[in-house]
Amino acid sequence: MSPAAIQVFDLCKNYPGVVALDNVSLRIEAGEFFGLLGPNGAGKTTLISIVAGLTRASSGHALVMGHDVVGDYRAARRALGVVPQELVFDPFFSVRETLRIQSGYFGLHRNDDWIDEVIANLDLSGKADANMRSLSGGMKRRVLVAQALVHKPPVIVLDEPTAGVDVELRQTLWQFVRSLNQKGHTVVLTTHYLEEAQELCSRIAMLKGGRLIALDQTRNLLRRLSGVRMSMRVAGDLPSEVAVHLAERSGDHVVLRLAGVGDVEPMLACLRQAGCIIEDLEVGHADLEDVFVQLMSEGRRDRLAA
Amino acid sequence: MDPALDVPRPHAAAADTGTARPLADPASAAQPARATGFRTLLYKEVLRFWKVSFQTIGAPVLTSVLYLLVFGHVLEAHVEAFPGVTYTAFLIPGLVMMSVLQNAFANSSSSLIQSKITGNLVFVLLPPISHGEFFAAYAIASIVRGVMVGVGVLVVTVWFAPLTVRAPLWILVFGLGGAALLGVLGLIAGIVSDKFDQLAAFQNFIIMPATFLSGVFYSVKGLPPFWLAVSHLNPFFYMIDGFRYGFFAQSDVSPWLSLCVVLSALVVVTGIALRMLSMGYKIRH
Repeated sequence: MSPAAIQVFDLCKNYPGVVALDNVSLRIEAGEFFGLLGPNGAGKTTLISIVAGLTRASSGHALVMGHDVVGDYRAARRALGVVPQELVFDPFFSVRETLRIQSGYFGLHRNDDWIDEVIANLDLSGKADANMRSLSGGMKRRVLVAQALVHKPPVIVLDEPTAGVDVELRQTLWQFVRSLNQKGHTVVLTTHYLEEAQELCSRIAMLKGGRLIALDQTRNLLRRLSGVRMSMRVAGDLPSEVAVHLAERSGDHVVLRLAGVGDVEPMLACLRQAGCIIEDLEVGHADLEDVFVQLMSEGRRDRLAA
Repeated sequence: MDPALDVPRPHAAAADTGTARPLADPASAAQPARATGFRTLLYKEVLRFWKVSFQTIGAPVLTSVLYLLVFGHVLEAHVEAFPGVTYTAFLIPGLVMMSVLQNAFANSSSSLIQSKITGNLVFVLLPPISHGEFFAAYAIASIVRGVMVGVGVLVVTVWFAPLTVRAPLWILVFGLGGAALLGVLGLIAGIVSDKFDQLAAFQNFIIMPATFLSGVFYSVKGLPPFWLAVSHLNPFFYMIDGFRYGFFAQSDVSPWLSLCVVLSALVVVTGIALRMLSMGYKIRH
């Protein structure tokens, strides 16, 4: 059996007073496009940091392409490219210098052909000799992606790569990352944009409070929430027959979760009878956001019950 | 955009050999070499200060010349530290060594704290660079900067007084040893500090007093007994005294004693720095 791209066993990370990761085990197969989701502080970045060797686990261990990230760190780090969440750069150097230096860190001395190719693929050619300080945020983000690829890693981790990025770059980036995945790279992605994860990732893990609360194929996660989602703007008080189906509410915007399309008409009839005025209406299937919201609130209910 | 990246499917490549996987395009398949990571980090650290050499080399040389002009002029007629050596000549090796020490410290400490605070240290932490290589690259870059500033100060100040070179090997040994010691101390200060003002405290409350009170500007023999004893507890005193011995073949204590002190201090701080780096203290936390 070929080794998993990333495998973590019983990973725990404790900071004083905080449990950042609580016994997480996970296997990401080579060639997957994998999503790591969860609210802020769920432990996504901590998990990535342990895999990348930036943080030491309190207990448990992690492998990249079968190499232990502590015991065999050279091989593990060579197999991994990480695009960090923060827009970091070294202000002393130009784009090309930055990439050459990064390549040298990985032991690759004459790597200019590949660096040129990465620069061209990320539309950085016009800025190759510009100092990092002079680049816009979007350009700096592209350089971060390029830096993660200088050593042609089989596994690429992108930590919130589209946070604060404009639509055009986001599209370019996804096209590029998707093509990397098609070429055989394993891609691991954390993002706040759930529709991106739904569209790109074949499998998803959800973290909450440092614990793994879901791990499944994206389509299976979506199937969990069978039925339809009815989203509308309503003026007036909801009758109790309608309110029992309430999934979300903010102001006059309400979302109902119903067993099937057949339940839509009775709901509308109920609202009409109660004198509610429907201003806007949308009926659709559950999306990843619903799954996310449901899983996150299940945990909350458990805690309240405990 | 043409995403024509040429990378093999992961399972198609040998995985458990511990070496880099073969790449599809042999033209670009430069085999990773272990030493290259260290050499690149050293090169980057040297390039970093070289790119701002006006500030990192030019400025300290000017400062030393100002010290020489002011103190040399005021004290020349009043002080004779060693018999047969003018005060200005006595002062020059002290100033050279002070510049070496301060700049070696400044190089590793400021590079590391800047990388920590801006977050770009991650670029050095992600690659397969061992803690020993990390240590050596930062320490050697500091030595390079310290020696460059020291040579600069010497070249500019040597015209102000007749200077003899009696034991060049001692000059070399103490110059390099002192730069290494302060470079490693700077590395420790950079690791421990989380903010610029903490690092400034290191510099202003430890390094500056220790260098100023080490006999740069005077011979400790002229001090009252209490302060003479205090000076003998200051490792910086031995570095400067030993360095000066190389020029005049005269010193306050034997250069062999100074060498023992400097080497012992170097072993201790190297041990501490390597321990911190291998634990990932404040760096891989």
